[in-house]
Amino acid sequence: MQQSGKTINVGVDIGSTTAKIVIRDGEEVLYKKYERHYSQVRQKTLELLKEAEPYLSDKKIKIAISGSAGLGVAEIARLQFVQEVYATFALVEEKEPDTEVVIELGGEDAKIIFLKGGVDERMNGTCAGGTGAFIDQMASLLNVTPDELDEMSLKCEKVYPIASRCGVFAKTDIQPLINQGVSKNDIAASIYMAVVNQTIAGLAQGRKIKGKVMFLGGPLFYNKGLRKAFRETLKLEDENALFPEYSLYAVALGASIFAEKSEKTYEYGKLIEMMEDAVAQRREVAHMSALFENDEELKEFKDRHGKETVEFKDIAAYSGDAYLGIDCGSTTTKLVLINNQKEILWHYYNSNKGNPVDVVKEKLKEVRTLCGDRIKIRASAVTGYGEQLILNAFHVDRGLVETMAHFMASKQFLPNVDFILDIGGQDIKCIKIKNEAVDSIMLNEACSSGCGSFIETFAKSMGYDSKEFATLGLKGNAPVDLGSRCTVFMNSSIKQAQKDGVSVENISAGISVSVIKNAIYKVIRANSPTELGEHIVVQGGTFLNDAVLRAFEKEIGHNVVRPAIAGIMGAYGAAIYSMGLGIEESTLMSLESLENFTHTSKAAVCQGCTNHCALTINIFSDGGKYVSGNRCEKMTSKGKIDEKLNLFEFKRQYFINLTAPFEEGKKVIGMPLQLGMYDLAPLWVGIFENLGFNVKLSGLSSRETYLLGQDSIPSDTVCYPAKLMHGHIELLVKEKVDAIFAPCLTYNIDEKVGDNHYNCPVVAYYPELLRVNMDILNEVEYLAPFLSVSDEEELARELSISLPENLIKADKNRMLEAVKAGFEKYRKYKEDLYAETERIITRARELNKKIMVLAGRPYHIDPEIGHGIDLLACSLGFAVITEESIAPRVGKVPTNVLNQWTFHQRLYRAANYAVTQKDMELVQLVSFGCGIDAITTDEVRSIVENAGRIYTQIKIDEINNLSAVNIRLRSLLGALEMREGKE
Amino acid sequence: MNDAERVEFTAEMKKDYKILIPTMLPRHLKMLASLMRVYGYDAELLENSGREVIETGLKYVHNDTCYPATLVVGQFINALQSGKYDVHKTALFFTQTGGGCRASNYISLIRKALKKAGYGYMPVISLNFVGMEKNSGFKLTPLMVRRMLYSVLYGDVIMTLCNQAKAMEVHRGDAEEKADYWTKKLVEQLGKSSPLPYSTIKKNYREMVRDFASISMTKDNRIKVGIVGEIYVKFSPLANRNLENYLISEGAAPVMAGLLDFLLFYVYGRIIEHDMYRTHKKSIVLLKLAYKLFLKKQKDIINIIKEESDFEAPTPFTHTVELVKPYISLGVKMGEGWLLVAEMIEHIDKGTNNIICTQPFGCLPNHIVGKGVMKIVKEKNPGVNIIAIDYDASASEINQQNRIKLLLANATKDL
Repeated sequence: MQQSGKTINVGVDIGSTTAKIVIRDGEEVLYKKYERHYSQVRQKTLELLKEAEPYLSDKKIKIAISGSAGLGVAEIARLQFVQEVYATFALVEEKEPDTEVVIELGGEDAKIIFLKGGVDERMNGTCAGGTGAFIDQMASLLNVTPDELDEMSLKCEKVYPIASRCGVFAKTDIQPLINQGVSKNDIAASIYMAVVNQTIAGLAQGRKIKGKVMFLGGPLFYNKGLRKAFRETLKLEDENALFPEYSLYAVALGASIFAEKSEKTYEYGKLIEMMEDAVAQRREVAHMSALFENDEELKEFKDRHGKETVEFKDIAAYSGDAYLGIDCGSTTTKLVLINNQKEILWHYYNSNKGNPVDVVKEKLKEVRTLCGDRIKIRASAVTGYGEQLILNAFHVDRGLVETMAHFMASKQFLPNVDFILDIGGQDIKCIKIKNEAVDSIMLNEACSSGCGSFIETFAKSMGYDSKEFATLGLKGNAPVDLGSRCTVFMNSSIKQAQKDGVSVENISAGISVSVIKNAIYKVIRANSPTELGEHIVVQGGTFLNDAVLRAFEKEIGHNVVRPAIAGIMGAYGAAIYSMGLGIEESTLMSLESLENFTHTSKAAVCQGCTNHCALTINIFSDGGKYVSGNRCEKMTSKGKIDEKLNLFEFKRQYFINLTAPFEEGKKVIGMPLQLGMYDLAPLWVGIFENLGFNVKLSGLSSRETYLLGQDSIPSDTVCYPAKLMHGHIELLVKEKVDAIFAPCLTYNIDEKVGDNHYNCPVVAYYPELLRVNMDILNEVEYLAPFLSVSDEEELARELSISLPENLIKADKNRMLEAVKAGFEKYRKYKEDLYAETERIITRARELNKKIMVLAGRPYHIDPEIGHGIDLLACSLGFAVITEESIAPRVGKVPTNVLNQWTFHQRLYRAANYAVTQKDMELVQLVSFGCGIDAITTDEVRSIVENAGRIYTQIKIDEINNLSAVNIRLRSLLGALEMREGKE
Repeated sequence: MNDAERVEFTAEMKKDYKILIPTMLPRHLKMLASLMRVYGYDAELLENSGREVIETGLKYVHNDTCYPATLVVGQFINALQSGKYDVHKTALFFTQTGGGCRASNYISLIRKALKKAGYGYMPVISLNFVGMEKNSGFKLTPLMVRRMLYSVLYGDVIMTLCNQAKAMEVHRGDAEEKADYWTKKLVEQLGKSSPLPYSTIKKNYREMVRDFASISMTKDNRIKVGIVGEIYVKFSPLANRNLENYLISEGAAPVMAGLLDFLLFYVYGRIIEHDMYRTHKKSIVLLKLAYKLFLKKQKDIINIIKEESDFEAPTPFTHTVELVKPYISLGVKMGEGWLLVAEMIEHIDKGTNNIICTQPFGCLPNHIVGKGVMKIVKEKNPGVNIIAIDYDASASEINQQNRIKLLLANATKDL
């Protein structure tokens, strides 16, 4: 034993996933330990202290606890707590005092601390998911260990854009890349890049990261690729990028520094006693009633669902015709072979291991071998995310949209099914059925996806497999209430539950209830169970989890059918569909060809238009080729699309060509082409050109525009169009324009058809925000006057007092002349727009094409905002028009909401008109983060549905992938076809 | 608004309908409910709260709508479903500002929710001063408006004094007790039809200030934390998880501006619009009169507090306006607009260097006037700590507390 009575300092850091302890004597570290706590935070703290007994007994112990889960422990044990950022701060001062910025990524936390020039800390808020946990989740999605992910990332060739706001978004982007066969090396590097972007955009929020930067925390300690991504993105010299060996223990070390400063000392025995007391304590947590009141209920439940099954036949004993269905889902691949009685001969369900083509190849070989000469596969069909890839690779007879496949399958179990809820790995689908046709389809918006795989990943992180975890959930006597928003929020709630010492059983049950609530109240947005339907079929891999199934029955208050083949319903439906096709000879690849089948993929960038889609070209050994990642078929189908029936494209061209050619000697006014400018630019261009300026519009946006301005964005939850404004300003400043004009407009044009004529707060005031957030604006004359546009004379008056004289010398009459010219140009634009609309509608009717009213805001035509949804719609055979183009066809319409925004009243009018036209379908585009759309979507939906039409909504954000949109639009087409078939 | 389908609150209904008012500022609104009785309205302030209210709200409101809407609707529907009220003899009451923020649509959201919950026949009364939605059974008379104004002022005085006293009181509960006492007393006074001369009101102010000043208080140097933000979340304990009490329990002293500032902002905002866009031509004279009157009322309160105590008095509004001009244009009017920024600067001006900006998750105006101005506020006032906290139905409390703790830790370092 060492000398007794000596004072030593203990720092404990309890993070979201791990606990660390450091024991120091002065600056010398005597002992350290790092372990996962699997949510048993108090127990683990006690264990760590016990294990360190040799260093602690007979000492005077000074202790401080830190970390995101440490607060609760400290409170209950009545020990000193140090805010973790402060702990980090103390450590840096001791170790590397000239550090300017600390970036720390933990299991679920991300922080940036600015130490010089105004100390400031940024922690991730409620909407910026984890990082360490996120990387783990992504690794398991790719079926590799985090270490392998790291190694792979170092070999990357191309980095793909992945949404950087939160983990769930990123995942939505990654999944299709996997399914499209993008190389894992590239995906790995792209994942790291997303983490870097998230940290910079979400946390630094405008503050430049420069000087000496210290990187701390597990993910940055373990992942070389991530370090590289940070160093390269921040352009840091080696000596300015610190990756200390104590990275993992930084917070614990910092806590020990605080411990040293405290007055209080403890005897070892006393400390252990206090921790034991803390472990024994239970705290009240919000919880719900148990999934099962008693064992009888559980038994009844198991028996009932045990009966919901299909006949299985022995494939070895069968000979005759068979039909094959393939469901290439987002995380899993499913295959089903049925006989002509729709009985299952053979099936397969498993993770696609990040490489669906290989899995399908192996399984096709297997089933072909099993069939031998006895069984003839008459037809085959494929559905799911990877539909086109598999279709092309293996010459499957037909593809169908997954919603249809599920309807086909569900009918077999519940002939009068009126509602299907499918919760898969990362998507939730709800299909409402009326009159035996798909009536409406709801897919989860990007922010609530990821629920199914979330359970799996979470189970793993706690050291259970998902089945075990579900079984535990059935036993939870008081499921913890975790809320019903997206999984990122759930992560935080779980953290809280862990802090409060909730058992694994109750966490598991709580997660199940949350997933269900998420589906019902967030995705389906039902008010009462009766709204869902009376005959409900649930399916998808997530419902294989009994806890989830039970939670659903409890929440809606009645029993539902879960086919025993819940996981393979899509494939089963595809098989049934193929049976009805009447195909004589299947084109499905033969065993021989399968033996020789190989597949390679490579990345390319499409040069067909300004979208510059990141393409993946899949080449198959039989010479076949499949290109994915493209929004349109322009380059792959050699210009077959009729581009001229697209009002989005017309508007884009119109705005690109809006300004007159530059004239020598004139000053240049720059205007950011974004937000309200996409409607009013003709007015402003007209005014300034009349006043004798060259006008420079910043042009259409691209991903680069966003990246260019991302570090001055102050609010990470503002809509994407607003975020893009920053890049447009950067572009204009780089162009060295003489002045930038971006007016603030509380009120928009008064079209006299609403209760008022406001702009939304973001459109109205974003220029003012830019003024106080973008330092680069000091380099240029920035004009962001507050103006009104309802009256020509008034606008002239306002302009003449708000524009600086050194730039513009115009008296009131001269200004009025300019304003009149501006309004003339705006009127001309509207006339041209309406004329083109009429032309498109007439032509579409001649060609017997459906017309899609792609309704949103004027700025949704921007290729970076609309992501080319218009092109996709065209490639699916629609003619595309916009909300403002048909709004004037009706006058003021009655609404249930206060109709007070100019852009939004156009939506209501357009909806009212569209439903009167048999060949028009309204699809509403909604920007993520647009608070006003929470109001407009309900209103537009009710207008459309009350008219007996199908309402489709697409939420758009930074996400750059159209797979989900494709499903929605194809489902819409499918539903329309079925409806027409009925008529 | 689809006026044809709107259920009007008729004169007939006035006779025997109960009018429910949601909780936002409990003390202010309790007085409002009371004075409404003088004019023949059977008003009652709702007091239901807790998880059930939130859950009910989530069921009846689009989940992407801002949190205050969820809570207001949740509270109404939860109350109606409780069986406590005769739903065929009940009307709802809510304020409406008519600004460009989506909050103007709360009334529509309440109506939609009522319909969904099967109470489509229930009238909703909009309290606004811009002539939206007339009801034959509900008319604002000048005398009633006057009483409303004083209930706001009383509420503000109680809040200002109570907060300050609560943070410094030696005996926990003293301040709250006085606040309850005064609320009760004023509720009674406002609820009587006898005339209410201004001298009585000023007398009440004075006695209130003296009474609160008599509480024994410590001389500790506590960390002052200014609370600014979206009006509902800022004021409603239901929305902000009792932020004031939490701060006090952490040893800090919360400070916040009163409701009068919001009224002033609203009136003055229209005067500014008249200057900027030549609008409100018809009402400009009235607006200017109201503005002057409000300023005078504020001044009286300030003077009385200064004369009778060491409590910090509210900042004169004209000064507040001057303070904010270097930061943001007065043209930014939606939501709390420039007032939110002004309140930040006002706190800093008074030496409160720690500010919590509360807002509903995804609040549009707050992108501009909350997070949007933090950079410039910090640049012009080095050493100021500001954090933004988002509130919604599922925001984790630990995350919020963690951020507040960080703010406090930072503040302690500066002491």
